[in-house]
Amino acid sequence: MRNHLYVLAGAIVAGAAMSSPASAYMAYVSNERGNTVTVIDTETMEVVDTIDTGQRPRGITISHDGKFIYLCASDDDTVEIIDTSSHSIVGTLPSGPDPELFVLSPDGKMLYVANEDDNLVTAIDVESKRVVTEIPVGVEPEGMGISPDGKTLVNTSETTNMAHFIDTETHQITHNVLVDSRPRFAEFKPDGSEVWVSAEIGGTVSVIDNASREIKHKITFEIPGLRPESIQPVGVRISADGRKAYVALGPANRVAVVNAETYEVEKYVLVGQRVWQLAFTPDQKMIVSTNGISNDVTFIDVATDEAVQSVTVGEQPWGVVVSPNE
Amino acid sequence: MKSMVPNTLGVVLYLFLLSVNASLALAQEASQSAPPAPSGVTPLEIRVGYMRAYAPGLALSVLDVPPRDEGVAGAEVAIADNNTTGAFLGQEFTLDVTEVEPGSDVTGAFREMMAKGVRYILADLSAEQLLSIADLAGQEGVIIFNVGAHDDVLREEECRANVFHTAPTRTMLADGLAQYLIWKQWRRWVLLYGSHEPDRLFADALRRAADRFGGQIVAEKLFEDRGTARRSDTGVVQIQRQMPVFTQDLPEHDVMLVADESEVFGTYLPYRTWVPRPVAGTAGLVASAWHPASEQWGGTQIQNRFVDAIGRRMLSKDMSAWTAARVIGEAVTRTQSGDPAKVAEFVRSDDFQVAAFRGQRLTFRKWNQQLRQPVFLGDGRSVVSTSPQEGFLHQVSELDTLGIDEPETSCDLN
Repeated sequence: MRNHLYVLAGAIVAGAAMSSPASAYMAYVSNERGNTVTVIDTETMEVVDTIDTGQRPRGITISHDGKFIYLCASDDDTVEIIDTSSHSIVGTLPSGPDPELFVLSPDGKMLYVANEDDNLVTAIDVESKRVVTEIPVGVEPEGMGISPDGKTLVNTSETTNMAHFIDTETHQITHNVLVDSRPRFAEFKPDGSEVWVSAEIGGTVSVIDNASREIKHKITFEIPGLRPESIQPVGVRISADGRKAYVALGPANRVAVVNAETYEVEKYVLVGQRVWQLAFTPDQKMIVSTNGISNDVTFIDVATDEAVQSVTVGEQPWGVVVSPNE
Repeated sequence: MKSMVPNTLGVVLYLFLLSVNASLALAQEASQSAPPAPSGVTPLEIRVGYMRAYAPGLALSVLDVPPRDEGVAGAEVAIADNNTTGAFLGQEFTLDVTEVEPGSDVTGAFREMMAKGVRYILADLSAEQLLSIADLAGQEGVIIFNVGAHDDVLREEECRANVFHTAPTRTMLADGLAQYLIWKQWRRWVLLYGSHEPDRLFADALRRAADRFGGQIVAEKLFEDRGTARRSDTGVVQIQRQMPVFTQDLPEHDVMLVADESEVFGTYLPYRTWVPRPVAGTAGLVASAWHPASEQWGGTQIQNRFVDAIGRRMLSKDMSAWTAARVIGEAVTRTQSGDPAKVAEFVRSDDFQVAAFRGQRLTFRKWNQQLRQPVFLGDGRSVVSTSPQEGFLHQVSELDTLGIDEPETSCDLN
């Protein structure tokens, strides 16, 4: 499906453009089926290491100082801590059963984990490695987003089809917003004004106003030649300046580029098969997509929104995060 | 036997939320009216009934004897799921299960359900039994979901406006299997079928699938049921000798198709045929609504939830019942109404969709109210494939390449 010639040309251009010494960013990719994390130097776009992990690694994030990777080892019912300097597992956190996705609080102290099998969100104190509380939510909790001020946590439940707004001080649900089928991901705008929730089966992204807690807009996607049911939004990332959003469209094999101010879809970038999650490089010059079925990740140039390079990783890449985390 | 399954966790959660949150905000699309806040009001109660024809059954393999709660267990898990969601919205779902004898009169049991306030019925009944209550239910404003009967006639000549079908039809299952065999380029088939009515109906569906997708049935053979016991101590010795004899003298073929829903001989065919050929149909490679080993499309999550709640793997009828109860839950959630007429109208509308671990939104065919769904192809251990297969195209939905399509339908709902 991918245009190899084009990618090759893109790689040469990108290679030339990035030949000057840059900060050494590392992309960490969780490979759901491979039970590994692939480490990629984002400057050379080459794999530099592969870390063996627990069973079925999915959600992945990084401490704010960039020293530790947190990884949901779903089938081992734990969160593994990977030291980014040694690339070794240095500890675990008590996640509760079947952790899939999580989010770190802006102050880096709390990790909020979605436990799919138990209809719970678990709050873990990272330093003491203790479970602080468990919050009952809807059926199959998955997406986790947190407001920039750290006051509001949003969890999506895939079978209940809601975004649950949780007060992080009281740990109680304050609002439930019904969205389309199988909500997978929640992403706050950097200014905290909106939270975007993707619905995989519904095929939409709901833009929820964070003041009124109501849906102010629904983004839909249309790709010529593809049936609506094959367009399944999953991962969502909004740029630090709040102007652009990227939405991974699953089996549509494309990442949608959305104007985050007008909500217009400006472009569809063809990447690999079953594109799942996304992560910006810290300088926001690149965004990386994980392509589960083609076993690769794609680097998209944020300035041009062109795919510049695909890199083969482990089996069924799921999540991605890039260090350091500035 | 009757049982009621309220979700206590859901109720507790609901009360808990009421105490901490006076006004749950619920965003709705502009066209929808604002929902009532659940605070201080009695929860909306949705009573779902489950009518089931049941008698202990036999199978050629004891592994294939259906579990006691087949189907009902799927409804129970979905009712619990609906109640978790309902706790946020002030909706409470209950399940009343009634069992009747296969082939018996079910109108009395139906009236008892009406008296209890049931307005939605999941039916795991024969076609005749279902039809005996369909029109009564229609007069009472009751919606029926057929979770057990595969008969095409219920969606065609005998379709009813108040009956929805989550179980796939025989033609859907046969088409799903045929697409895979064609994709494999295994085009020459022999068809062995049993002597009971359901066997003949599935054989008809396989013949139709051959015509549609370019399979060639080069020979057919009837296996007459002579009333032999399905189990005997040394049966395996005889079967090993009988099956090769029964399957000799067939012309050259790629696949042996078997239509034996009645469990008389089909299970005995794999590995015992005269020439070494794969077996497919009701034995060997089997088409079904679900597979207990499916982990695709988030399936791991429902499988884990089901095993935790029920203590066994989820089977096709469990999934058809789960889906039906979730359809009701989804429609009640979206319409904020327990009125069967409003719920049915929403389920028929373009706005309806349900996510049910089948990789895409599931909807109902407007012309006969059959749930569109992919078909799983599996052996006893694992999923081999799912249909529709790549390359079988359709102008509306690829799922409509499975089963009787709109231009061919004999259903008239008006």
